[in-house]
Amino acid sequence: MNAKKSVNPALELKNVGKAFGSVIALRDVSLRVDPGTVTCVLGDNGAGKSTLIKILSGVHKPSEGEFLVAGEPASFNSPRDAMGRGIATVFQDLATVPLMAVWRNFFLGNEPKKWWKPLGILDIKRAKDVAKAELLNMGIDLRDTEQAIGTLSGGERQAVAIARAVYFGANVLILDEPTSALGVRQSGIVLKYILAARERGVAVVFITHNPHHAHLVGDRFYLLNRGQMTAEFVRDKVKLDELIQAMAGGAELDTLTHEISIIRQD
Amino acid sequence: MTSVKSDERIQRVSIVTKALRRPELGALIGALVIFTIFAVVDTTGQFAQLQGMAGWTKFAAPIGIVSIFVALLMIAGEFDLSSGVMVGTAGLLMGNLISEVSLGVWPAMIITLVFAGIVGFANGYLVIKTGLPSFIVTLATFFVLKGVNLAVTKLLTGTVRVDGVDKGDGFETARDWFATKIEIGGASFQVSVIWWIGFTVFATWLLTRTTFGNWIFASGGDANAARNAGVPVARTKITLFVVTSMASALVGCMTLLELRGMQAGQGVGQEFYYIIAAAVGGTLLTGGAGSAIGASIGAAIMGFAAIGIPYALWDQDWVATFLGVILFLAVLVNTWLSKRAKGARK
Repeated sequence: MNAKKSVNPALELKNVGKAFGSVIALRDVSLRVDPGTVTCVLGDNGAGKSTLIKILSGVHKPSEGEFLVAGEPASFNSPRDAMGRGIATVFQDLATVPLMAVWRNFFLGNEPKKWWKPLGILDIKRAKDVAKAELLNMGIDLRDTEQAIGTLSGGERQAVAIARAVYFGANVLILDEPTSALGVRQSGIVLKYILAARERGVAVVFITHNPHHAHLVGDRFYLLNRGQMTAEFVRDKVKLDELIQAMAGGAELDTLTHEISIIRQD
Repeated sequence: MTSVKSDERIQRVSIVTKALRRPELGALIGALVIFTIFAVVDTTGQFAQLQGMAGWTKFAAPIGIVSIFVALLMIAGEFDLSSGVMVGTAGLLMGNLISEVSLGVWPAMIITLVFAGIVGFANGYLVIKTGLPSFIVTLATFFVLKGVNLAVTKLLTGTVRVDGVDKGDGFETARDWFATKIEIGGASFQVSVIWWIGFTVFATWLLTRTTFGNWIFASGGDANAARNAGVPVARTKITLFVVTSMASALVGCMTLLELRGMQAGQGVGQEFYYIIAAAVGGTLLTGGAGSAIGASIGAAIMGFAAIGIPYALWDQDWVATFLGVILFLAVLVNTWLSKRAKGARK
């Protein structure tokens, strides 16, 4: 535990704010993401989750505050810059090309080449073998990596995107609502892969509006509400009910319960 | 680590499914059926012979050469409607450079190809920069070039035709390369057929065996996902616009060398033949899937019709109608096949 403390967090935000013109999207947000842990950022629609992801993944620069990567100040101009520092983001539905084979998707943009590299000749055998082995390591057992990735379920597709990011050396993995469009069983698949990535020492940032999913895998929880961090919890010290309650905004939920009970009586 | 080399379940992917996954399968079956029909109704006894082959390949080769690249561009999610008129533009430019500017045939051809490359670059650059659909951008290029072809040719020659190309320096050697005939078994084949086969092999290799091919599929399949994965989508598309335009120009040069002159209206309307060949060959109009071999098979089917219909002593006027029906049926079957292939996960 002490050893872990001495290591710098993989990512750290200190009092970060982001304004678009007169609209303040984020205000005074601080968070830390440690290697080998799952950090959940919970928030309802409009809480500022998207802005937070975009800052972490290099799309936006913070207007104020500090952004530290492995203890050093970082300033990214593009997602490629962030990728170069080992920060990979899996955007919901924007991760894979449905009509392309699984192995082609796995290596898209980072294709293995053989013979004279500038010719760009694909090392297809290696690509297929590596894709299959890496997916198997993550627990995804495909019969044939030649099948179009669109034939996989939504959960499996997210999983391939996660496996790909891990294989290409991501030490921070940012997942944008990976379970929001999925059914219960498929969400389960993705949550398993999140833990698999964690086991490999990856710092996972799991952004979601689902406290049930967050509670299952999270080590640390941040609650985002109207652009501000309203609460922070650590695993073992928080119950699911508390998360749900905190997320719904406690008093707000009581008011809502009251209002609905009135409607139902009519 | 778990061993991956011998996975017995891979066998379960049946050969049928593998075949169904090939985008050009529908076109291949269609081509065999159409070939058989024309061979049966043939009245000359030559259709299924080498002579017949020399006939339909002569028609198919110039269409095939451009269709292959039109197909690559369509797989990347873009159209080039100026690919037909560019055949004429290139022939006229090369012809005028030879007859009016008195350049040698080879320098004229090189200048023409470079010019076509620039037009292709302009197409691609405008599509990327403006974000307008390539259908509109290249349609505009089509009409601009169509007007230029006519106006400039009239201005320079006083007629709607460029002539006197065979007086240019190096005409005969250029013809040996691009417009000569090769005798095989008593039938004389156009040398363009060799270029056609060469480009088919090259484009197939490019598409399936190289990183660039991977980027072509990704750019058309989902440009956003491709960009997120680090694929240079803009560069990929612009490159394809350039090579498509240059392929059209090459066919224009070949036509000029073969006919020793060119009409100002040459090539206009051909763009549809290219798109039909690509679509019949299993290329998706929405991008993301397709094949170069398929486009070549599509071009071959057009060759069958162009030769087979007169050989059957039918009225030649029906060729276009035939192609229309084939296009519809082929795309229908291709769509059905690709759904089957996707559904069949075993």
